[in-house]
Amino acid sequence: MTSLRMPPGADPARPGPDRPLTVWVDGEPVTGTAGQTLAGVLLGAGHRVWRTTRGDAAPRGVFCGIGVCFDCLVEVNGLRDVRACLRRAQDGDVVVRQVS
Amino acid sequence: MGTDVVVVGAGIVGAACARALAVAGASVTVLDRGAAASATSAHGEGNVLVSDKGPGPELDLALVSVRRWATLAAELADELGPRFPSVEHEPKGGLVVVAGHQALAGLRAFAAGQRAAGVEALAVTGDDARALEPDLAPAVLGGVHYPQDAQVQPVVATEALLASARGHGAVVRTGVEVTGALRGTDGRLTGVTTTSGAVPGGAVVVAAGPWSGEVARRLGAWVPVRPRRGTVLVTTPVPGRVRHKVYDGDYFAATQSAGAELQTSAVIESTPAGTLLVGSSREQVGFDDRPRADVVAQMARRAVAVFPFLAQVPVMRTYLGFRPYMPDHLPVIGPDAEQPGLWFATGHEGAGVGLAPATGDLVASMLLGAAAAPGVDPRAFATDRPTLRALRADARPHPTEGAPA
Repeated sequence: MTSLRMPPGADPARPGPDRPLTVWVDGEPVTGTAGQTLAGVLLGAGHRVWRTTRGDAAPRGVFCGIGVCFDCLVEVNGLRDVRACLRRAQDGDVVVRQVS
Repeated sequence: MGTDVVVVGAGIVGAACARALAVAGASVTVLDRGAAASATSAHGEGNVLVSDKGPGPELDLALVSVRRWATLAAELADELGPRFPSVEHEPKGGLVVVAGHQALAGLRAFAAGQRAAGVEALAVTGDDARALEPDLAPAVLGGVHYPQDAQVQPVVATEALLASARGHGAVVRTGVEVTGALRGTDGRLTGVTTTSGAVPGGAVVVAAGPWSGEVARRLGAWVPVRPRRGTVLVTTPVPGRVRHKVYDGDYFAATQSAGAELQTSAVIESTPAGTLLVGSSREQVGFDDRPRADVVAQMARRAVAVFPFLAQVPVMRTYLGFRPYMPDHLPVIGPDAEQPGLWFATGHEGAGVGLAPATGDLVASMLLGAAAAPGVDPRAFATDRPTLRALRADARPHPTEGAPA
């Protein structure tokens, strides 16, 4: 567990018990909880950067977190340019980091 | 000492006029009620086109302006130095494609007329077209390739023209709205009144795009410019996939139509940032700026018909703006027929970015007696041309109007 993830007991929303899921990020398993977005799963696993820009190879991750900035793009199950902050994670999702 | 020339509007056309006038030695003040390049100029695609124009005065102006953009882009880069962003002048060429035999025959006939008027227009087969654009739909039967078509980044281009104008002594004042005319004791126009005081000038050039009609009214003049709304879709970056400005053969008909109803046609081009700009739509709904999802959907469907891979490319955002539409499809460039000292440079509809350099040169040459660009006859753009005289007669209140029924 990393500092980026709130322990369920401390969550004031008092969610039900976690249902764990696994997504595959560049071939590595990353575990999260059903209901999280892909950005939530990635942040929860300690990832802050999962894209690099095409021009300057600058790091990018979540910026706005609400689907506006298009900074957190990932390839999901073969489809490019998916906003990780909006996409609900599904068990077995295949996530590939994008350049650009 | 008053300003020699007041330019109303800091969009691409006002900026081009200001620059041409300032380079020619005039003392220029540019006024804009908002920010520079914040309205129509910031809501298009930066088109510099000959392909969408049939033979006639607008095409003649476009042919001069397309050549002028190439030299102007280099002049601006030299003048402003490497720290100023590039205007992104891309002479990428246009490709018009169609999927039906009848449409292809029509397009080829249209291109033959353009060729006679001096346009490079190369007939291409479907396979030729797919060699130019490998991702084109298999249904594309053929089309016409227009190597002269180009593109600029319109906001940078406007700012570059304004920066150059400032370098030649012009003053650009934003957040200053024209409220009326400043007149001498003889009633002659001597400048404008604004929300920030009077701005005197020997000449006033109205270059306020679709708002030119309202500015003209405040100055006691008349020009029948109306807003024609257009929407643009922006995709996530897909570098290298679309190389030309690609559009379907319905685009010309849409530009030339007069109908107020919604019209869409597919216009697809890439930007140096890798995003695609997808147009185009035409609606006459005044200055209503509420977006319509059905317009976006219709445009997206048309674009997918041209480039099937777009079905899997997300639209990142959309924006809409207002073109300065003229009922006779020609811009107004020249002196007002009734008020000495009042000038117009407006009504370019969707071609303002492309036509701006030639428009600025034309205004400067007529207003200051500077050398005129060859190949352009300003009479077709006059404020008192026959089509506008007829409209003016209709627009004047009839004696019976307002009388009790």
